Amino acid sequence: MIESSLSQMGAALRAKKISSVELTQLYLDRIAQLNPELNAYITTRPEASLAQARAADARIAAGTAEALTGIPFGQKDIFCAKDWLTTCGSKMLHNFVSPYDAHVISQFNNAGAVNLGKTNMDEFAMGSSNETSHYGIVKNPWDKARVPGGSSGGTASAIAARLCAAATGTDTGGSIRQPAALCGISGLKPTYGVVSRYGMIAFASSLDQAGPMGRNAEDLALMLNTMAGFDERDSTSLQREKEDYARDLNKPLNGLRIGIPKEFFAEGLGSDVAKAVEAAIAEYKKLGAVIVDISLPNTRLSIPVYYVLAPAEASSNLSRFDGVRYGYRAPAYTDLADMYEKSRAQGFGAEVQRRIMIGTYVLSHGYYDAYYLQAQKIRRLIAQDFVEAYKHCDVIMGPTSPSTAFKLGEKGDDPVQMYLSDIYTIAVNLAGLPGMSIPCGFGDNNMPVGLQIIGNYFDEARMLNVAHQYQLATDWHSRAPQGL
Amino acid sequence: MITYQPYLNKEFAMSLSTQDVEKVARLARLAMTPAEIETARSQLSGIFGLIEEMQAVDTKGIAPMSHAQDVAQRLREDKVTETNQREAFQAIAPQVEGGLYLVPQVIE
Repeated sequence: MIESSLSQMGAALRAKKISSVELTQLYLDRIAQLNPELNAYITTRPEASLAQARAADARIAAGTAEALTGIPFGQKDIFCAKDWLTTCGSKMLHNFVSPYDAHVISQFNNAGAVNLGKTNMDEFAMGSSNETSHYGIVKNPWDKARVPGGSSGGTASAIAARLCAAATGTDTGGSIRQPAALCGISGLKPTYGVVSRYGMIAFASSLDQAGPMGRNAEDLALMLNTMAGFDERDSTSLQREKEDYARDLNKPLNGLRIGIPKEFFAEGLGSDVAKAVEAAIAEYKKLGAVIVDISLPNTRLSIPVYYVLAPAEASSNLSRFDGVRYGYRAPAYTDLADMYEKSRAQGFGAEVQRRIMIGTYVLSHGYYDAYYLQAQKIRRLIAQDFVEAYKHCDVIMGPTSPSTAFKLGEKGDDPVQMYLSDIYTIAVNLAGLPGMSIPCGFGDNNMPVGLQIIGNYFDEARMLNVAHQYQLATDWHSRAPQGL
Repeated sequence: MITYQPYLNKEFAMSLSTQDVEKVARLARLAMTPAEIETARSQLSGIFGLIEEMQAVDTKGIAPMSHAQDVAQRLREDKVTETNQREAFQAIAPQVEGGLYLVPQVIE
């Protein structure tokens, strides 16, 4: 059952071949057995999960089940979930039991899905290796000496190890796509504004976007149907017609124009990754696609721009953590300012403090124009590169990450090296475009390689079609790590 | 591991002073020891070396992009939509008394 797609699981549940309680217990048993080593989940509440499963079984018996009713999902610990400890990977929120549900959580609850637990993540989603979590590193199920990627590393590890049917992620600079690539699973970051950010703990508000992560494109389409939609509680949520993201899955790819940006295959790309991605592109040609050479000339500027804009927005968003209304407060202090300073210094980890400092600096008096404003202007140049490219192609493809999963601790001391691992994903967030990663082979050390598919605005259904057709022709997405 | 050479501006990397970092830490309300300030100075200098590449880009006449979609800010009717959840919210506060959040004395 754990290798079944979400639609197969849903059908089995509705046909009463298995109950949601049985399916949930199956995953809870796997979590109990494997999570102590992988550390993919921060919090599980088996009784709460089983109560949801019983409610789902009742709904199935009553004949009012929807596509996801009774299916167990993991939820990234960035989403507030009522009565669940919601830490965002930080000591700052070590005791934060959320009094309310994020929009994404409500959507899953309303669909009758089961919440299996809160998945581990880099602290406040700041990281590319899941090594900045206060709740310990997460291991990559393909090689437990390697990172799962980040920041949605717990989600990616849990899916690869079959510790959930699928799970949620969020992506500010690549945090869905990079861990999906490194753990050999599929993940989609929708167009900015498609999924509500309400109750999703803010990192960089103009870039943050939630999305589905799972074993295949078809599963992502079903999840996105549940996650997407207008929500008035998020001021940047887009008012659009509801769409069925699975509607185009079975369209043939004849004549599809795939843009290949030369900047994605330049210096810095691992030769093993390049080989797997080129083989995937060759497969697309067999499926009838046409290759178009394109250029995204400002790609390399996306890293400096991102490391101004994201920390600037983060320093503002994280100013709310002051030890007064919720979260961590230092045990000893002299006055109010000392309480703020000690609570924040003790509650935030090193990477979060580093980014708050960068953000504070670039927003401070005398530097705003040179950094923040200049970065916002270059952001538009980066977005215009894509507008130009989409005059000549339907989707853009390239590697998701320059390398396969690196070793735990390998980049821990060098923030600049860590930042550079997001070179192919960040521009997509800056432009607000949808991007996804699907498995397309294995590199050195038999670690998974991800193919990135970047779509035009609101083109998620086409991207899912493009991914699904590849997954019908190949079996990379159904490979599972051994020994689990 | 991939060796990827960013454009590091060494000249700028030298220019962030201890005082600069102390000031930023104070503005950000982060208590830091002198040793932590020194580590932060060295790491921030490296990161600002990376960021400096932006300064060479000609952006004359380019409008800043603050959001991915150019849509107008939505307005809503000015009415109460949230229910009072004071008890639930205060149950997770570090220190409350009589329905109030407690902080160290500010005014003598």
